[in-house]
Amino acid sequence: MFPGSNCEHDVAYALGELGAAPKLIWHTSKSLGHADAVVLPGGFAHGDYLRPGALARFSPVMDVVREFAASGGPVLGICNGFQILCEAGLLPGTLQKNRNLRFICAPAGVRVDSNRSVLTSGIDEGTSLVLPINHFDGSYICDARTASELSETGSVVLRYIENPNGSIDDIAGISNLQGNVVGLMPHPERACDPLLGSLDGAALLTAFLAATPIKDETDHESQAEKIRS
Amino acid sequence: MKFSVLVEVRLLPGIADPQGATLERSLPALGFDDVEQVRVGKAIRLVVSATDEQIALERTRELCSQVLANPVMEDARITLQPLSQPETAGNPA
Repeated sequence: MFPGSNCEHDVAYALGELGAAPKLIWHTSKSLGHADAVVLPGGFAHGDYLRPGALARFSPVMDVVREFAASGGPVLGICNGFQILCEAGLLPGTLQKNRNLRFICAPAGVRVDSNRSVLTSGIDEGTSLVLPINHFDGSYICDARTASELSETGSVVLRYIENPNGSIDDIAGISNLQGNVVGLMPHPERACDPLLGSLDGAALLTAFLAATPIKDETDHESQAEKIRS
Repeated sequence: MKFSVLVEVRLLPGIADPQGATLERSLPALGFDDVEQVRVGKAIRLVVSATDEQIALERTRELCSQVLANPVMEDARITLQPLSQPETAGNPA
């Protein structure tokens, strides 16, 4: 979490409900502890000054996130977290102001385009989901070559069914080539409880947890214990 | 030496500029129907210390490529000048 993050507790709650033992890590940390997976939550890291994610990529924790990603660790960036991953060069392209210049806060229909990623592994391609979107800079852009490479390599994770923001090729989420780093604009953590109208986000986060290798079961348990108490 | 630097961050040609387009659409209603090709960017002013102008320019270019502009959608135009002109005899008041 960064100064200005505001979805970290939602993410931690949702992952906790799904059986994980989430731990919040402040952006000045130079270690991820024994983390098996990393989630960069939504919000407005460093106030979104200059551009969303532009300053967050210089936070000390990003060096260890970069190493973790390079070693194959699962990394998920949600909304502002996606913007940070793009600015940090962990994912290609960037996110621009919505085409209609409106802040959009609405449920959005998306379709799973590829299940090569840690977020969608095991989910049938073509599955439709309804997830909340909540962004001003959510229009994904990249050069034409990158866009066709993303599609050809199965790196487009989710596409909007009806493009809300002008994203190139209706892209709602992408992964790196290896599939272990994923960024998406919709908020799966806000669709994990029947009270919130959709459980479709839980399907994604469950897949994310299932795709996460647990390095040290005992340590994981003791951390979970610490957090519960 | 200190240099006064102006960095203009501009959207690359071909990148949609919803702010510029919205502004341009609203101008005729204000009587400015003679204005077109409106593009909105950022202007950033800063002061760079360097031994000479070339080095100040290079440092600013590095700054732009690392943080001030995102090369996926923006470029940066840099103009700089010495912050304080050295005093010269006969300088008009």
